[in-house]
Amino acid sequence: MHKLLRRIVRVGIPTERPPKPDPALRTAAPRFGERILELLGRALAIRHVDAGSCNGCELEIHALNNPYYNLEGLGIKFVASPRHADLLLVTGPVSRNMEEALRRTYEAMPEPKLVVAVGDCGCTGGIFGESYASRGAVANVIPVDAAVPGCPPEPAAIMQTILTAVTNGRRSSPALR
Amino acid sequence: MSFPLERTQVDGDGWRRAFEQTLEAGGRLGALWGSDERDRAGGFAVHALLVVHERLRWISLPVADSYPDVSHVFPAAGRMQRAIADLLGLRAGEDGRGWLRHGAWRPDSHPLRKDVASEADLPEGDPRYDFVRVEGEGVHEIPVGPVHAGIIEPGHFRFSVVGERVLRLEQRLGYTHKGIEKRFEALSVEEGVRLAGRISGDSTVAFAWAYTMALERASGAEPTARGVWLRALLLERERIANHLGDLGSLGNDGGLAFGLAQFSRLKEDLLRTNRRLFGHRYLMDRVVPGGVAADLDKGGVDTILREVARLEEELVALRAIYYDHPGLQDRCINCGRLSAQQAGQLGVVGLAARASGHAIDARVFPGLPPYDVLQPKLCAHRNGDVASRIVVRYEELFESLELQRRIVRDLPAGMVRAPVPQASDGRFGIGWVEGWRGEVFVMLEAGPDGRIRRCHPHDPSWQNWPALEYAVLGNIVPDFPLINKSFNLSYSGADL
Repeated sequence: MHKLLRRIVRVGIPTERPPKPDPALRTAAPRFGERILELLGRALAIRHVDAGSCNGCELEIHALNNPYYNLEGLGIKFVASPRHADLLLVTGPVSRNMEEALRRTYEAMPEPKLVVAVGDCGCTGGIFGESYASRGAVANVIPVDAAVPGCPPEPAAIMQTILTAVTNGRRSSPALR
Repeated sequence: MSFPLERTQVDGDGWRRAFEQTLEAGGRLGALWGSDERDRAGGFAVHALLVVHERLRWISLPVADSYPDVSHVFPAAGRMQRAIADLLGLRAGEDGRGWLRHGAWRPDSHPLRKDVASEADLPEGDPRYDFVRVEGEGVHEIPVGPVHAGIIEPGHFRFSVVGERVLRLEQRLGYTHKGIEKRFEALSVEEGVRLAGRISGDSTVAFAWAYTMALERASGAEPTARGVWLRALLLERERIANHLGDLGSLGNDGGLAFGLAQFSRLKEDLLRTNRRLFGHRYLMDRVVPGGVAADLDKGGVDTILREVARLEEELVALRAIYYDHPGLQDRCINCGRLSAQQAGQLGVVGLAARASGHAIDARVFPGLPPYDVLQPKLCAHRNGDVASRIVVRYEELFESLELQRRIVRDLPAGMVRAPVPQASDGRFGIGWVEGWRGEVFVMLEAGPDGRIRRCHPHDPSWQNWPALEYAVLGNIVPDFPLINKSFNLSYSGADL
């Protein structure tokens, strides 16, 4: 036990400052008023769905919970059920085999709900495009509020996009106040 | 830069015999795929890569519509045969359920046939699927997925349980099928490497290297010596990143959240070094035909040497904590056991095979350059449980750190990349690389005008997914996440 505690003390707290929201990451005008976003932004519950990605974006979403980004420290946490979620984080070109599951996950979420598409594939279909097996961009299947390009986008960029989605044209997110 | 490859055409009897001989010789199934040859030979063909120790045999069988089932020899062949049936309509065996197809297209559509356009929108089929039912008093089913509770890829697991004990697990995968093989055929051989690097995001170096190896063999080109050594450096860094990530998750799933915090910090440090030295956190698009698209200067060498020393110090401390932690040991020892015999019968590969006492590692056998010079140590254990897979990961981490040290010390001078002439129509090649999960194969055949005629990438998860169904038997449902993570198989890599 002393080894474990010593390691914790030696490492300290490496958490870095989170990025500021950037309205350019929005793909649609804010659908909800200041008051609702204010509430969501203070304790945001995220449900993630891999709708057909290569798993690259998942690695970076995982990284959001490492001690450097410490997303949970901002009151933002990942939840196991869409029924508990305020925001849906979707990766991948939407495969035909995941289309129904993605739609049902979205429908299972209570209103008000937000959607963030992650990565080049989530934004446009990426290198996989649209085909017999792929619907391409997430926006082809469900409405998207903000989207972050990149292959994969780095954790700070994903974090910034999540913070943008809960910000209504303000320069800082409720989570940062 | 070569391994023995024997390519032969066989008939139906020869097909079955080749599989049986491979099994008798202690070999394994590397990959199984089909191709549409109607424009030249007048029919279809199925192909298999059979591996015996360090020899590779590629057999091809001309097929009209069906061919002999070999899933009794190598059980993992069953799903590969079903995938061939979905994509090309060539049938083997009695299991007529779709594997990749789900409801996205009908059983009479075959998207990988040459007469189906790449952007075709095929009519939808019936998405229902018959799971095997376990019956008896007190047996009930737990369906999980495709959307899982965590941040992971989609797939469906159907548990049949009595109380908490698992009587049977049936996997249904294919959810991330996005038409990768068809997509390859719309690309030039040079463009293909970018797609190869996105088959499984956590194995981008392994797939890109296997792809370029296949391309270089097809065009008769040699990558530069420095390029090949740098590829090995990137491959070992990919192995380190994944092992660090998984050791953290394994600690977390075993109730030691401290492990996740520490290992995810170490992984982040490594990814940031990747970004600084090579321009990408996961090293995507750094392996290119003829070599690599990155180089290492004196400062980079020093950075790596410092990082190696620091990681060694941290890992020694963390290993002692993991091995001394009674709660974690209690969860891991004898949990999710895959015996040496089961692993052999199921044709398991990669780190899962090594943790079950099988000496399989393409870096050692055949040991392609630069591994012929580096001579890595093969890390193995014999218990086949979650704890063994943790031990193998720790051992491989230390070995990969040591390999990095040797690579930067002996890195050959010269260019990082050589020109690669266009592969002419009909030329083919195989790439064979030991990724962090296991051996990755890429079969590439060039078409006219530098296009890809056929590319089949093979992830080791094809062989190892069925083994997970066995490893979980008799365990309790709450141990499944731990067992699953100890294998950490790819969905996207095998769904294609």
